Amino acid sequence: MSKPRNYQTEAIIIKKIKLGEADRILTLYTPHLGKIQAVAKGVRRPRSKLAGHLELLTHSLVSLARGRNIDTIIGSQTINSFLPLKSDLQLSSYALYATELVNQFTAENIENYPLFELLLETMHRLCQGDDNELVLRYFELHLLDKVGYRPQLQQCVSCRLPLKATTNSFCPSAGGMLCPICSQSQPLTYPLSVNAQKVLQLLQNSDYNTVSRLKINPELSHQLEMVMRNYLRYLLEREIKSTAWLDTLREQTRRAAFSQIALL
Amino acid sequence: MRLNQSLMPTAEAVYKLIQELNKLPGIGPKSAQRLAYHLLRTPEEQTKLLADAILLVKQKTKLCSVCFNITDSDPCLICCSDQRDHSKICIVEQPQDIVALEHTKTYNGRYHVLHGAISPTEGVGADDIRIKELMKRLQGGSISEVILATNPNLEGEQTAMYLNKLISPLGIRVTRLARGLPFGTELEYADDVTLTRAIEGRQEF
Ligand SMILES: [Zn+2]
Ligand SMILES: [Zn+2]
Repeated sequence: MSKPRNYQTEAIIIKKIKLGEADRILTLYTPHLGKIQAVAKGVRRPRSKLAGHLELLTHSLVSLARGRNIDTIIGSQTINSFLPLKSDLQLSSYALYATELVNQFTAENIENYPLFELLLETMHRLCQGDDNELVLRYFELHLLDKVGYRPQLQQCVSCRLPLKATTNSFCPSAGGMLCPICSQSQPLTYPLSVNAQKVLQLLQNSDYNTVSRLKINPELSHQLEMVMRNYLRYLLEREIKSTAWLDTLREQTRRAAFSQIALL
Repeated sequence: MRLNQSLMPTAEAVYKLIQELNKLPGIGPKSAQRLAYHLLRTPEEQTKLLADAILLVKQKTKLCSVCFNITDSDPCLICCSDQRDHSKICIVEQPQDIVALEHTKTYNGRYHVLHGAISPTEGVGADDIRIKELMKRLQGGSISEVILATNPNLEGEQTAMYLNKLISPLGIRVTRLARGLPFGTELEYADDVTLTRAIEGRQEF
């Protein structure tokens, strides 16, 4: 039996590249087909009926026609345009970071419904004005869970003993925590305070409602960001491109705040 | 789509030409082949004109040192003209956008070409487009308005929002091209973002 020529799927637009004069190749993340690529014809022309429904960070219902090499998008209707994300520089940058991770950690045509759900929920959470760093850390840990790289945070990955309430170290190449004794023989580890370990464990094991009540000071927040960034980079064996932009924005905000103080 | 040499029982020179044409935007292997054989049939004087024009465009053009538009004289004609309002700068992503805006004959200020838009996931940040050069132009207090004419897509919006953050503290008026319904389309096909902004940006009739 051959597959029907046309099909329809929900999708979040996670990447786009220009093709020819007016077309684009889009990467879509879907609930049941996983990551797919498709051509969107004419979407770079102002009169395109599709363009607005196929912009990055849009959740749409997309109709596609099967093609020999690549499928073609023949229709699209927005389910959620995530306007609050798109009209905020910081939020849209966070959301793009999330889509970059999904793109980097997935192969095409492999269904991963929980990951689709996680990405969609993350975009909603960013719109809600929650602690964005916490939203992202939750996203990162649960993404790793769903793609098979769940870090071991409860016991030492080397000697298997439960971790004591002391400074233990995160080791990217070992995929988890090392106790003080085992970490001595490992060169590249990141020491984490008891507090940082607790927060990571909570992020990994709790539902988002519990996590969202956490209050984290900026210093700890930065520490968690860096340990996750290093682990993600280790797994991907490359830089996550959008982190450079997140750093630029942070620097700019810091400088703006500084000049405000200088004016007072 | 890549060319397969074994499928092309043709002279090395022709193959080479097809290969080069195939690199042009919007030219697939089929079109490249068609163009190559067309050129092969064209009289030599004619093809020489084309070859010269291609070389000339590289040799004789440069970027305007003020606005970074493509020009054969530096500064470009727009930057030199005293007919134009030097207190306004319109910011565009690429030189072709200036052509489109000039065609409307409604804008009389100067321009600044960024040569791209911020695209975090592609690794294009603020330092990869001509933002530093723009900020330099804005020093000195002679600019009263900056018009952000980057594309109405996510990259263009992000670039506009970032520039607004940088420029508005300088006390310069920052405006954005109206984002609304494109002419000649139908309301029912418009997406939420476009419609929302069209409603927000409505004007007295
Ligand atoms: Zn151990
Ligand atoms: Zn110029």
